[in-house]
Amino acid sequence: MSDFFSHLVARYNYWIYITLMMIGLYAMIAKNNLVKKIIGMNIFQTAIILFYISIGAKKGATIPIISHGSGHEAHVVKAADYINPLPHVLMLTAIVVAVATLGVALALAVQVYRQYKTLEEDEILQKIRES
Amino acid sequence: MNAQMPVLIVVVPLLSAFAIAAAGWFNRRLCMPTAAAALGVATLCTLGLLLRVIQDGEVVYRLGGWAAPWGIVYRVDFLNAPVLVLVAAIALVNLVATSRIVVEEFPGKEGAFYALYVLFVTGLLGMVVTGDAFNLYVLLEIASITGYALIAMGRGRAVLASLNYVFMGTIGACFYLLGIGYLYIMTGSLNMTDIASFLPPLYSSKAVITAFIIIMVGVWLKMALFPLHGWLPNAYTYAPSSVSSLVAPLMTKVMVYVMIRIILTVFTPAFTFRALGLNQAVVWLAVAAIFMGSLMALAQRNLKRMLTYILIAEVGYMVGGAWLGNRAGLTGAVLHILNDGLMTFCLFLAAGNILYRVRGLNMEDLRGLFRKMPFTMGGFVIGALSIIGVPPTCGFFSKWYLILGGIQAGHYGFVVALLFSSLVNLILFFRIIEVGYFEPHSEHRHEGQDHAPSMEEAPVGMVVSLLIVASGLILAGLYAGDIVQRVVNLAIPESIV
Amino acid sequence: MMDTAISAKPLLAVLVSLCVVPVLAYSRSPNVREGWTFVAGLLKLLIVASMVPTVLKGNRIEWTIARFLPGADLALRVDPLGMLLALVSSSLWIVTSAYSIGYMRGLKEHSQTRYYCFFALALSATVGVAFSANLLTAYLFYEMLSFATYPLVTHHQDREARISGRKYLAYIVGASIGLVLPAMLVTYQLAGTLEFRSGGILGQVNSHSLLMVLLLLFVFGFAKAAIMPLHAWLPAAMVAPTPVSALLHAVAVVKVGAFCILRVITGIFGRELLLAQHLGVILCIIASFTILTASLIALSQDELKRRLAFSTISQLSYIVLGAALLSPKAMTGGMVHIAMHAFGKITLFFCAGAIYVATGIQKIREMDGIGRRMPITMAAFFIGSLSVIGLPPTGGLFSKWYMALGTLQAHQWVFLVVLLLSSLLNAAYFLPIVYKAFFCPPQEPTFEHTSTEAPIWCLIPLVITASCSIVLFFYPGPFFKLAELAVLK
Repeated sequence: MSDFFSHLVARYNYWIYITLMMIGLYAMIAKNNLVKKIIGMNIFQTAIILFYISIGAKKGATIPIISHGSGHEAHVVKAADYINPLPHVLMLTAIVVAVATLGVALALAVQVYRQYKTLEEDEILQKIRES
Repeated sequence: MNAQMPVLIVVVPLLSAFAIAAAGWFNRRLCMPTAAAALGVATLCTLGLLLRVIQDGEVVYRLGGWAAPWGIVYRVDFLNAPVLVLVAAIALVNLVATSRIVVEEFPGKEGAFYALYVLFVTGLLGMVVTGDAFNLYVLLEIASITGYALIAMGRGRAVLASLNYVFMGTIGACFYLLGIGYLYIMTGSLNMTDIASFLPPLYSSKAVITAFIIIMVGVWLKMALFPLHGWLPNAYTYAPSSVSSLVAPLMTKVMVYVMIRIILTVFTPAFTFRALGLNQAVVWLAVAAIFMGSLMALAQRNLKRMLTYILIAEVGYMVGGAWLGNRAGLTGAVLHILNDGLMTFCLFLAAGNILYRVRGLNMEDLRGLFRKMPFTMGGFVIGALSIIGVPPTCGFFSKWYLILGGIQAGHYGFVVALLFSSLVNLILFFRIIEVGYFEPHSEHRHEGQDHAPSMEEAPVGMVVSLLIVASGLILAGLYAGDIVQRVVNLAIPESIV
Repeated sequence: MMDTAISAKPLLAVLVSLCVVPVLAYSRSPNVREGWTFVAGLLKLLIVASMVPTVLKGNRIEWTIARFLPGADLALRVDPLGMLLALVSSSLWIVTSAYSIGYMRGLKEHSQTRYYCFFALALSATVGVAFSANLLTAYLFYEMLSFATYPLVTHHQDREARISGRKYLAYIVGASIGLVLPAMLVTYQLAGTLEFRSGGILGQVNSHSLLMVLLLLFVFGFAKAAIMPLHAWLPAAMVAPTPVSALLHAVAVVKVGAFCILRVITGIFGRELLLAQHLGVILCIIASFTILTASLIALSQDELKRRLAFSTISQLSYIVLGAALLSPKAMTGGMVHIAMHAFGKITLFFCAGAIYVATGIQKIREMDGIGRRMPITMAAFFIGSLSVIGLPPTGGLFSKWYMALGTLQAHQWVFLVVLLLSSLLNAAYFLPIVYKAFFCPPQEPTFEHTSTEAPIWCLIPLVITASCSIVLFFYPGPFFKLAELAVLK
């Protein structure tokens, strides 16, 4: 039993991202309001960004800035002393993508509101059926 | 210049998008020519690349001169060179064909439209050309986000359909990203060939298997494989016709390419087809896709909506063919990417032409069309014959390889599904041809005129483009042997028999 | 010694009528249009005829158009059997074109340009099937023929045409996609090729049941041969204008179906294999059933064209029966029957059309005494029926004679009885029409004295084909030579 808990706690970052992902997915599927759906979508994307961020981390490591760079005499850099910068860099791009998606989605929501005067999905479908 | 071709096919359209957006402010008449020039350059580059690949084999391009595992690499081989040509050529032809509609449909918005259009094509070309798994995600999102915007430019329910597509598309892309994250944890690399070199000892790892399955689900969502197809029919039906004839033929096909690339290059056939043991299940999924797509298509009364369901069935063809795991099946799948791209393009173009003149695509709008638009309907019939799978149109040959693959793999469900879908397609298209051929044109019937209504074709540019594509279908069929022998065969690893 | 020459002539023969389509579509006046049809028809016949001497010497002419699949290219090859069909169809096209002019103008039909275009297209496809070197090429042209004839069958564009068109496509294309395509794929998988070879390509397959399934798939799949129960499209397709029924549904389309079955029997399975596996008998039984049933149904038909249609169904199965008996004589008879029946049946259809153009009569019971008004037409009708029954002095005698000899050669007495019985039935449904036409008084005596023959353009073709039937009695040589060469190889 304690084995299971240690297993669970040691990978807490995964549990957090999975929980966030499920919250986002739930909102996207179950919510009726389009803006809530969009928020769910954003949570979903953020969960994956957090997942990437967390996999770069290392115990006892520092930020990956090598203080004596070029020009000084060469010395050994231990990779274990620095956290992995690559996932973080990737996520810069992913954040941009997420923001762009959010922007497009919100713009579409504004259009939908103009068209149907509501953001509740059931009411919109009702109006489509009536027309 | 020659050495830079792989990057030019992405950079030229990308930069031209800014130029077009700027031209939209100053002189809107410059938008379309700029886009055409950019896509023309891209098309020439893809053709040049294809020839180079056929002559010298694989072409590798390092962006910024950075070597493989650190920098991003563009890699053109026998698998993606023909897909590149397909994407660039269809985008170019569609641009020219629909320029007239765009001016009439989006007055004042040409700058935005063409900028999005070119960006979308950039995304697709980049996805196909790149050899980097994360780069692929970024380009996938470029294509998707511009795709959402383009679809939302349509009338009526287009915006809502597009928003629905945003949700589903984002889930798909995120799944792909998540899977790549797991692969990165396991291998520490994002370069496709690099990942592939690290993976074999890890094939039994649960994380790798999970990563593979998550990536596949993401890709299937994006290509609308049944039962993940819900977003597609509305999005493509309500999109403006200049957009649907671009997005519908290309997006799903490029995603199928991505799937095959992941199966063959990132993972090995030995893993996908033997170690994983999911072949049968996925092929049955494809069978279900084919049956459901065909049956749903039968229920539609709108031409464009019917085409979208046929698209879903065709996705089943390619996924099933790829997962049969033998040479014939994969040949069929790769060949069908090219052929299906062409034939759906042909049909959506024809639908666009009809919509331009008739202002509706329901069954009753199609009455008397053979008399009214004989050339458009001629192109439509050739496209239809190709989808049904009548030689010498190209659709026959990919279907031939797919069925042959099914027979060789002993998967008779897939064989039956393909034959069934051919027969259903026969019914689907001849139902439309009957309406167009037998029933008199509705307007003239109301007026009580006896004499036949006169011809009223779509603008010359649209008709000529359609006929070029239609003859392309026949040419691609006549040269099917060469295409398979010189290109497709070499795209499939020798380990697959 | 058999030589193979490489020449584009077969391709030209196919393309001549294809190339004339755009010319027809854009010709300004009907005269120009029909002139071009004749030019194309003559050219086609000349090209085909120019290859006859080579083929009679026992040589082949080949031309590969495109590479499709390993072992199955888009390739043409002229051999005796193909030459037989090509010769018959291209010579009858000219005659039918002349008849079309009389018929279509006589009835002031609409959309004549479309009609001539698709007619030319259909002829290209027919010659393509005749000259195809492998099953895939044959399938290609077979499908092309199906779709090219659809607008012809549905020419009237009314409700009835629509239903018939639907039936036509459902049976023919449905069967070819549903049955022939899988059979072809399995054959390709087993043999690695689809080429027609004289000994067949399935020699190494031992499984009796697999071979039987394949054979049945092919025989029923080529639904243009109208083997029962896949025959219903043929009577339905009689809504087409009569020249279409005449050329396509007595000569081109249906003969292409029977021809494909012949090709499958001789080129894919091979005679030895079918004999060794005792598969011929099954085919014989299926064909005999169709022969007798269709003849019996024909007896009960009152509409002349429908009666002819059922007669065609039964006569087509003669060809299949002849081939399925697998004895050299019977196979020769079956092949020659393609030509003999074509000339006889086209005459009968021409007569039916001529009667319709001149008087508007379609039902047999209204035809009493019509021989007095249209003596030439009804005389030709008489000759045509003699040929189809197989009586002298017409060519039809020989094909049936050979088939009868073939049953003896194969020691299949039962099928001799079938042949004789069916000939009796043929006589029973044709001769009463002739008798009534000449010897019964007309129902409406007002027309008794007027001789109202059809327009001259209708009359000449049917006289030509009727005299051809007689000429074939005295000079059946070339066709027999071709068929014997085809059987011998």
